[in-house]
Amino acid sequence: MGRYVIRRLLQMVPVFIGSTFLIFFMVYALGDPVAALFGDKAPDPATAARIRRELYLDEPLWKQYGHYMGQILSGDFGTAFNGQKVTELMADAFPVTLRLTLVAILFEIVIGITLGVLSGLRRGRSVDTSVLLLTLIVVSIPTFVSGYVLQYLFGVKWGIVSPSVSPEAPFDELLLPGIVLALTSLAYVTRLSRTSIAENSRADYVRTAVAKGLPRRRVVTRHLLRNSLIPVVTFIGTDVGALMGGAIVTERIFNIHGVGFQLYQGILRQNSPTVVGFVTILVIVFLLANLFVDLLYAVLDPRIRYA
Amino acid sequence: MTQQYEKAAAAVPLLDVRDLHVEFRTRDGVAKAVNGVSYSVRAGETLAVLGESGSGKSVTAQAVMGILDSPPGRITGGEVLFRGQDLLTMGAEARRRIRGAKLSMIFQDALSALNPVMSVGAQLGEMFSVHDGMTRKDSRDKAVQLMERVRIPAAAERAGDYPHQFSGGMRQRIMIAMALALEPDLVIADEPTTALDVTVQAQIMDLLAELQREYNMGLILITHDLGVVADVADRIAVMYAGRIVETASVHELYAAPAHPYTVGLLGSIPRLDHKGKELYAIKGLPPSLTDIPAGCPFNPRCPRAQAICRTDRPPLFDVAPGRASACHFWKETLDDAG
Amino acid sequence: MPELDPSDPDAAVIPADGAASSLATSDAATLEDGPLPGAPASGKARSLWSDAWHDLRRNPVFLVSALIIVFLVLIALWPGLIASGNPLQCDLAKAQEGSQPGHPFGFDTQGCDVYTRTVYGARASITVGICATAGAALLGSVLGGLAGFFGSWWDALLSRIADIFFGIPIILGGLVFLSVVTSGSLWPVVGFIVLLGWPQISRIARGSVVTAKQHDYVQAARALGAGDTRLLLRHIAPNAVAPVIVVATIALGTYIALEATLSFLGVGLKPPTVSWGIDISNASTQIRNAPHMLLWPAGALSITVLAFIMLGDAVRDALDPKLR
Repeated sequence: MGRYVIRRLLQMVPVFIGSTFLIFFMVYALGDPVAALFGDKAPDPATAARIRRELYLDEPLWKQYGHYMGQILSGDFGTAFNGQKVTELMADAFPVTLRLTLVAILFEIVIGITLGVLSGLRRGRSVDTSVLLLTLIVVSIPTFVSGYVLQYLFGVKWGIVSPSVSPEAPFDELLLPGIVLALTSLAYVTRLSRTSIAENSRADYVRTAVAKGLPRRRVVTRHLLRNSLIPVVTFIGTDVGALMGGAIVTERIFNIHGVGFQLYQGILRQNSPTVVGFVTILVIVFLLANLFVDLLYAVLDPRIRYA
Repeated sequence: MTQQYEKAAAAVPLLDVRDLHVEFRTRDGVAKAVNGVSYSVRAGETLAVLGESGSGKSVTAQAVMGILDSPPGRITGGEVLFRGQDLLTMGAEARRRIRGAKLSMIFQDALSALNPVMSVGAQLGEMFSVHDGMTRKDSRDKAVQLMERVRIPAAAERAGDYPHQFSGGMRQRIMIAMALALEPDLVIADEPTTALDVTVQAQIMDLLAELQREYNMGLILITHDLGVVADVADRIAVMYAGRIVETASVHELYAAPAHPYTVGLLGSIPRLDHKGKELYAIKGLPPSLTDIPAGCPFNPRCPRAQAICRTDRPPLFDVAPGRASACHFWKETLDDAG
Repeated sequence: MPELDPSDPDAAVIPADGAASSLATSDAATLEDGPLPGAPASGKARSLWSDAWHDLRRNPVFLVSALIIVFLVLIALWPGLIASGNPLQCDLAKAQEGSQPGHPFGFDTQGCDVYTRTVYGARASITVGICATAGAALLGSVLGGLAGFFGSWWDALLSRIADIFFGIPIILGGLVFLSVVTSGSLWPVVGFIVLLGWPQISRIARGSVVTAKQHDYVQAARALGAGDTRLLLRHIAPNAVAPVIVVATIALGTYIALEATLSFLGVGLKPPTVSWGIDISNASTQIRNAPHMLLWPAGALSITVLAFIMLGDAVRDALDPKLR
C-alpha cells in the first residue's frame, strides 16, 4: 500500500506540472500582467521595465514558471490587486468554499443516494421513471439558471432564506447555495446509484443471498448496497475537488466570498498571482481527492490490491 | 420398526414438483420456459436433470428455490410440494425460513455466486446467525468448522479471505459448505462442476456424494454432462423444450433409452469402443421457446417422426414401473435400443 | 466541473461493452441456459444497429427529443421562418415591458423584443454545440482510438496529457483562456471547448477500442493477415463507435450549457452576437422587476440541453442490451 501511494504521488507530479504550466502559460504568456497592474493608465516605460525584471518577465517562459513555482513552494504566492497577500485571500476564501462544498456533498449523499437506491430497487416502475426524468431535467438546467430561479423563489418571492450570503458564510446560509451547487452532481449520483443497484440486483451473488434464505432487508443492505455503492462513493470523492473548482457560478449568484469569487475578481482585474495561485491550490486539491478515491477503492473493494 | 418408518418416509417424497409452468416475457414474445414439469425426489436419492441449454432445467430449479428473476419470469401453474407443503402458496416469510435451511442450492460459478466484498467466513457464518440466531463469534467458529469439513486447508486462517483469493475448486467447496451449512433435506446443484477443471470436477463430485450419504440428503443434480450422471445419479429426468421427455433409473436409461432425444444424447458421447466411427449429432437446433412446434416439440429433429408427431403432443407414457417416455413410438425406440 | 461535465457516470459505466454484444448474441444459443432461454434461441440475429433503430423508432423520448432538435436546427439556420423582427433593433422606450400583441415574450432592458432574441439565440448555441462536439469527437476518437489500438508509450503519453486537461476545472480554464483571448466571437469558444473536451471522448474511444481489440473476430482477422489499417477501419471502428456517439450526443448538450455559462460570466460570446447566456446574464439583475426576461431564454436553453441529453440517453439505452 505504501509503495502504491508513493507511485501514485510520483505519477501526479507531471500532471501537476502540466496543469499549472498550462494555466501559467495562459495568464503570463497570452495575457499581459504588467499592463494589467496599471489598469487603464498607460504604464511609465521605466517602471514597467523594472516590474518586468522583478517578476522575471524578461526571462524565457519556462524560467518564469520555475521561479514562480519555487516561490509557491516556499509559501510565497505574491500579492493581489489590492495589495493584500494572496495567501491572506486564500485563508479567507478556502474555508468558505470548503463549507459550501461540504453542504453540497451532504446533499449528494443524502438525497442522491436515497433517490438512486429507491428507483434502482423499483426499476421500471413509475417511481423509477419519474426519478429518471427528473434527473434528466435537472442535468439540463445550467447552474446559473437554477441558481437564479431558486434564489428568486426562496430568497425573494417566498422570503424563506436570505438571497445573499453574509461574508462569514455560516452553514445555515449556505443551504440554498449548497443545493444549487450540488444539483447537477446530485442528479448524476442518483443515476449512478440507480444503474449500479439495478445492475447488481441481477448479480449472481444477490441471487445466492436470496437462496440462502436471508431476509430481504439483509440481502439489500449487506449484499446489494455494499457492492453497488462502491462506484457512487468514488464518484462523490472525486466530486469534492470538482465542486470546489466549480463553485464559481454559485458563489457569484449568492455573492459568497469564496474561492470562485476571488478567482473571478482576479481574472476580471487580470491579477496574475491571484489567478495562478488559486488555480494551483485547486489543482492540488483535485489531485489529492483523486488519490484519496483510489485508496478508498482498495478499502471498499478487496479485489483491488495494490502492489 | 425402522424399516417400516423408512418405508413410510419414502412414501411421501421430499420434493414433489407437479405440472409446473414458467413463462418469461421477452422482446420476441412470451417464452414458455417450463411446460408442465413433474418430478419428485426422496431422501438420500439423487435425481439428475439432464438437458441442453434452454431446456428449462435451471429455470425449474429456480422456481423451486423461489429465486426466479421476476419480472420477466412468472410461474403460471403447478405445485411445488416440499414435505407435502406447497411452497408456491406459502407465505413469503415461511418460505424464506425453508430456503437455505431445509432446501438449498449450489450454483455453477462460485466466483460470481459469492459476494466479492465479503469474506468467505462472514458469508458462511451468515447462515448460522440468520437462521439459528447464533452470535457473531459462534457463527464464525461454525464457519471455520464447515470449511474444515469441506477440506479447505488452513481453514481458520483463510476464513477472513475473500472469494477471489481462492482457487476455482476451493471456491466451489465453499459454495458446497454454504449450501450444506444447516444440513438441509434437499440440495439442488446447478451444474456444480461445469466451471472447473476436469481433475477438480471429480474431487468436487466425490465430496458432494460423500456429504449426501452422510446427511442422507435428497440431491437434484442439474447437468448437461452425461458422464457425471452415470457415476452419481439414481434416477434421470431428461428435459427438452421445457418438458420432461423421459424419466428412468440410470441403469435402464443407459441400457435402453425410450425416447429418440435420449438416444441422440447418448449417441453423441465419444466412446472408446466406437473409435474410428463417426460421432452421432442430433440434427438441427432446439426450438425457440417463444415458438414451440405443434405436436411433439422434438419432431423437427427426430429421425423417427411421423405425421402424428406433428399434430399430437405425446403425453408421458408409462414404459415400465417408475419409467416413462413422451414419445408416440417409445416401444419401437426401446426395441431398437435393446 | 460537475455542472457541465459531459461525462455522465452512466455513460462511463456502460458503453465499453455496448458494442460487444452484436457478436455475442449469435453464439449464445449454443451455450448454457441462462435466465432467459427464449431470447437467444430465437435465431433472429439482428445487428446491433438495426436492433437499436428498431427500439428507437418506438421510444417516445427519442422521437420527442429528435423533433425538438430538428426544429432547433431549422430555426438556427433560418430564424426568419418564425421570427420576423430584428434582434438588434430595440426601442428603449419599451424597456422591460411585458407581453403585448406582436411581442408575446415582452421586451428586455434595452427594449429589444425577447421573442426575436430568443429565436435568434438558437443559432449561437447550436453552432457552438455542433462545431465543438464535431471537433472534440474527431480529435478525441482519433487520438484515443490510436492509443487504444497501438498501446505502449503512445497510450501512456496520451493518458498523461488527458490527465493534465482533466486537472483543470473547465469553467475556470474557460475564464482564464477566454479572458486573454478577448474576441467575443464564436470560434475561440469552440476552440476552447474542443481543447478541454477531447480528453473525455478519447478515454471512451480508447476503452472501446481496447475492448473491441480483444474480441476473437479481431484476433481471427489479424491471424488471417489483415493489416493494421484494415483491422482498425473495417473491424474495430464499426464496433467501437457506438459509445463515442452516445457520449458525444450527451456532450453536445453540456457544451451548449458551457457556452451559455461562459457567456453569462462575460468571457464567452459578446454582443452584438445574440446568445441566451448573455441575455440571461442581463436579465439576472432585473429578476425582481421583470422575471419574463429571464424565463424565455433560460427556458429555451434548458430545453435545448435537455433535448440533446435525452437523445443521447435514448440512444444509449437502445445500444446497450444489458439494460433492456
